[in-house]
Amino acid sequence: MTKTLRIGFIPLVDAAALIVAVDKGFCAAEGLDVTLVREVSWSNVRDKLNIGLFDAAHLLAPVAIASSLGLGHVKVPIVAPFNLGLNGNAITVSPALHAAIMSEMEGDPFDPMATALALARVVAARRKSGAEPLTFGMTFPFSTHNYQLRFWMAAGGVDPDEDVRLVVLPPPYMVDSLANGHVDAFCVGAPWNSVAVDLGVGHILHFVSDILVRAVEKVLAVRQDWSEKNPAVLAALIRAHDRAAEFIEQPHNRAEAARILGAPERIGVDPEVIQRTLDGRLKISPDGTLRESNRYLLVGRQGAARPDPAQAAWLYAQMVRWGQTPISPEALKVAMAVFRPDLYDAALGRAAKPTEASDGIGAFAGPAFDANDIAGHLAAFKIGRRSP
Amino acid sequence: MSSETSPKIVIVDESPIRAAILEEGLREAGFTGVAHIREMHNLLARIYALDPDVILIDLENPSRDVLEQMFQVSRAVRRPIAMFVDQSDSASIQASVDAGVSAYIVDGLKKERIKPILDLCISRFNAFSKLQDELDRAKSALEDRKVIDRAKGILMKLKGLTEDEAYVLMRSTAMREKKKIGEIAQSILTASELLK
Repeated sequence: MTKTLRIGFIPLVDAAALIVAVDKGFCAAEGLDVTLVREVSWSNVRDKLNIGLFDAAHLLAPVAIASSLGLGHVKVPIVAPFNLGLNGNAITVSPALHAAIMSEMEGDPFDPMATALALARVVAARRKSGAEPLTFGMTFPFSTHNYQLRFWMAAGGVDPDEDVRLVVLPPPYMVDSLANGHVDAFCVGAPWNSVAVDLGVGHILHFVSDILVRAVEKVLAVRQDWSEKNPAVLAALIRAHDRAAEFIEQPHNRAEAARILGAPERIGVDPEVIQRTLDGRLKISPDGTLRESNRYLLVGRQGAARPDPAQAAWLYAQMVRWGQTPISPEALKVAMAVFRPDLYDAALGRAAKPTEASDGIGAFAGPAFDANDIAGHLAAFKIGRRSP
Repeated sequence: MSSETSPKIVIVDESPIRAAILEEGLREAGFTGVAHIREMHNLLARIYALDPDVILIDLENPSRDVLEQMFQVSRAVRRPIAMFVDQSDSASIQASVDAGVSAYIVDGLKKERIKPILDLCISRFNAFSKLQDELDRAKSALEDRKVIDRAKGILMKLKGLTEDEAYVLMRSTAMREKKKIGEIAQSILTASELLK
């Protein structure tokens, strides 16, 4: 019998596996009749998933963890049995800030330590001259974007709460805000970085994969109680997503995938821009400079789709580092249990273990991540807001 | 404390009509301190300047995520924000999400004072969307009538039918194909465009 599902998403390229699973008929082939519902805010996606208006959702990985811990909102246990993507974000800066950073740059401009140190010098010079602190846009308090920006700038000595302003901005407003000077930089997913570059109002300073080798971005999220009541449906949904991810990762399918994703009721942007993201071949400067990366956005390849509890632990550690929650072994356990490789393995009958980044993260600064000793790991970072 | 008199309520809504309906309802119920923010740029600064006890925002507004930042410990935030419901009150969340509105309550406002505001807000939002539905239906009925009239004209000319016969033909086709008569009329128009 066909099972009808409502699944919420935000129009971003990292919803690719979900959208393709539905629009290519992979869900239908599994007996799932899925209605995709486009949403305008992560708060809406979270609330509608929590109260059961959605059966599943395209969700920021940290929101799945925050919801399970009851941080920032009502506590509703969520499970994530499939990663919709690893990496995929970028840091884009205004032409003025780009010029300022480059004039302070010592070393390779793609080395995040070099740019973070240059940023620290720009920040110091601005303070000395009495200029307003720089403002950085990100998408949500519990977002990878928030943690990635903080991790990067703090490594160079910039305190994200004291030396600059971090503000939440809805992704569709990012480009305008950069153009009219309301923010000096932002960290956001595709397509918005490329849109800023194409309009000549921004330079892509970093791919997030420069900062972290493997950073879980969005997950397919369902309520824990729903997953327990509907194991067969969930397994079917995982299989449909796996087929979609495999389809998208075949280079000869990318044009078709980009066309599907570009449809007005899906992401609604030029398929060419979407394909650049999937291919990892991005224009990073308004002058047309291209930069390629084979790990800009991973949708399934290199074991990207299989949830890794170490990733959940890393995100939890960032919540602790920046004062969003006190450290607790119980909470860590809850956070790690949100990511469910067992459900992934059971649905697909295989376990795709990644071979890169031995700690599962591959951060450019600090010691290797150790989920068994978060306090010790965080002690290695000077800047932070840890509550006692 | 201001919340002991009439709580200060801010409505964040880009729809001026809906905001006016809500504001009127709140004033009638005796809530005198109501302000409306329509401009989303620098939203937090605007909210802080008004220093409200309650913030109401429609769910179609992407800036809802901006409000979530008020829960965070940050120097940008001056007054802590508490969620309007406790863990047990999921019915309130359900009702407000269904209605398309969300409320954020600043710490210090007593729970029993929140309920009437929220209830009023939900009923006004529901009333507004009912109004919107009726308007949409009236609009599409008008559109349909125009399309049907044009299709009738085409059938009369091509098949030599009277006006009544043309209408009956479209209606019976619609019933047979389980479609709306407006859809049949639209396909007649499309076909005649193609065959021109």
